[in-house]
Amino acid sequence: MHRFANPARFLRLSAVIQPWAAGATVVLLVVGLYLSLFGSPPDYQQGDTVRIMYVHVPAAWMALFVYVNMAIAAAVGLVWKHPLADLFSKAAAPVGAGFTAVCLVTGSLWGAPMWGTWWVWDARLTSMLILFFLYLGYMALVNAFDDPERGVKAGNVLLLVGVVNIPIIKFSVDWWNTLHQPASVIRMGGPTIAGEMLVPLLVMAFAFTAYFVSVVLLRLKSEILARKIQTLRLNDAQGR
Amino acid sequence: MNRFLTLVGRDLRLALRQGSDATIAVMFFVLCVVLFPFGVGPEPNILARIAAGVIWVAALLASLLSLERLFQNDYEDGSLELLVLTPLPLEAVVLAKTLAHWLVTGVPLIVAAPLLAVLLNMEADGFGVLVLTLAVGTPVLSLIGAIGAALTLGARRGGVLLSLLILPLYIPVLIFGAGAIDAAILGLSPRPHILLLSGLLAGALPLAPWAGAAALRQAVE
Repeated sequence: MHRFANPARFLRLSAVIQPWAAGATVVLLVVGLYLSLFGSPPDYQQGDTVRIMYVHVPAAWMALFVYVNMAIAAAVGLVWKHPLADLFSKAAAPVGAGFTAVCLVTGSLWGAPMWGTWWVWDARLTSMLILFFLYLGYMALVNAFDDPERGVKAGNVLLLVGVVNIPIIKFSVDWWNTLHQPASVIRMGGPTIAGEMLVPLLVMAFAFTAYFVSVVLLRLKSEILARKIQTLRLNDAQGR
Repeated sequence: MNRFLTLVGRDLRLALRQGSDATIAVMFFVLCVVLFPFGVGPEPNILARIAAGVIWVAALLASLLSLERLFQNDYEDGSLELLVLTPLPLEAVVLAKTLAHWLVTGVPLIVAAPLLAVLLNMEADGFGVLVLTLAVGTPVLSLIGAIGAALTLGARRGGVLLSLLILPLYIPVLIFGAGAIDAAILGLSPRPHILLLSGLLAGALPLAPWAGAAALRQAVE
């Protein structure tokens, strides 16, 4: 891990991975959208509205996945003081917030025809909303200091504090009796979802992951370049 | 332990001599609750139904009000750096300052709450539970708030940022605090809610000073 903490080595590596990730995003998204819109059967109860699931569920997974990754990076940044770990959280936060927003909006659109309401104050929905606020709070905190280093470090502590919310989101549907349906893919005893629905769902999940990887690599690269420009300018100003 | 008590005593003396923090928090709490009958109408049944939630939300906001200055004054006049250098662990410093903050702003809220419950026409069954949940819940609010106060030290518009960071983390306390009172009024046992609230306190008591100290170290670095 320490091997890849070197920004120059990281930039070389990411230049190799990034185009592949971007290509994979396009291919997987096209295949996934075709499968989920045309290649999968409508639900026997929900009809065609079930197709919202193929966007909603991967977005929800990604929202949690990105947050957990940011929290791991925050711990690494605090313990080993890796500059890249700090930059990763900063680069990933808007993407994660976007996934959370997509999850909440599609969930609302799905809830309107199925539950008869756009929003209910149920444990899963509320804890997801809290996750959204955690993302927003993190982004606000990181940008609130004149010294960017200090902002990132304060943000790292906040990310680790916010980790308590993750198991609450995952298990909220098991702990409380909620309107939101319980887990049907990642559960003890294997998935209960039908196979022809599981395949498009997984393809979409991989498409979202590839999108996340390619965007975060791009954002990390621009962060590193911005830091370089700032250092050059500071040296210039000091007349060296 | 001696140093810990000295620090608590110092903060209490500072707060009492300046005099404003404690009274402002209680005044805000009372005014906030008094606004509701104007907003939703003076219908006694409606007020009785929402009393528990209103009092808890007002308590949440009132405890948020003075949090910004928990470390701010010490940070600005440099005594925070001296506190970091004392033999007392920084975690204990955070705990001592949080305890002082709770004694100054949390305890008056607990005293004022039954009076407001009468004003809002709450049923008598809920009174004891209201005081009990506030007594267990407000320390959790101060502890979580201390993390936020330490994180936003030296930030631009720290006060607004603090509420954005802390209010989402306050939600579990609000759910179980108001839930216990509602359960007691409906004739159910408030015990599970109170136990969960106590669990939150038991978790926050060791973890919050730890996170707060980590944030403070970065502030004075």
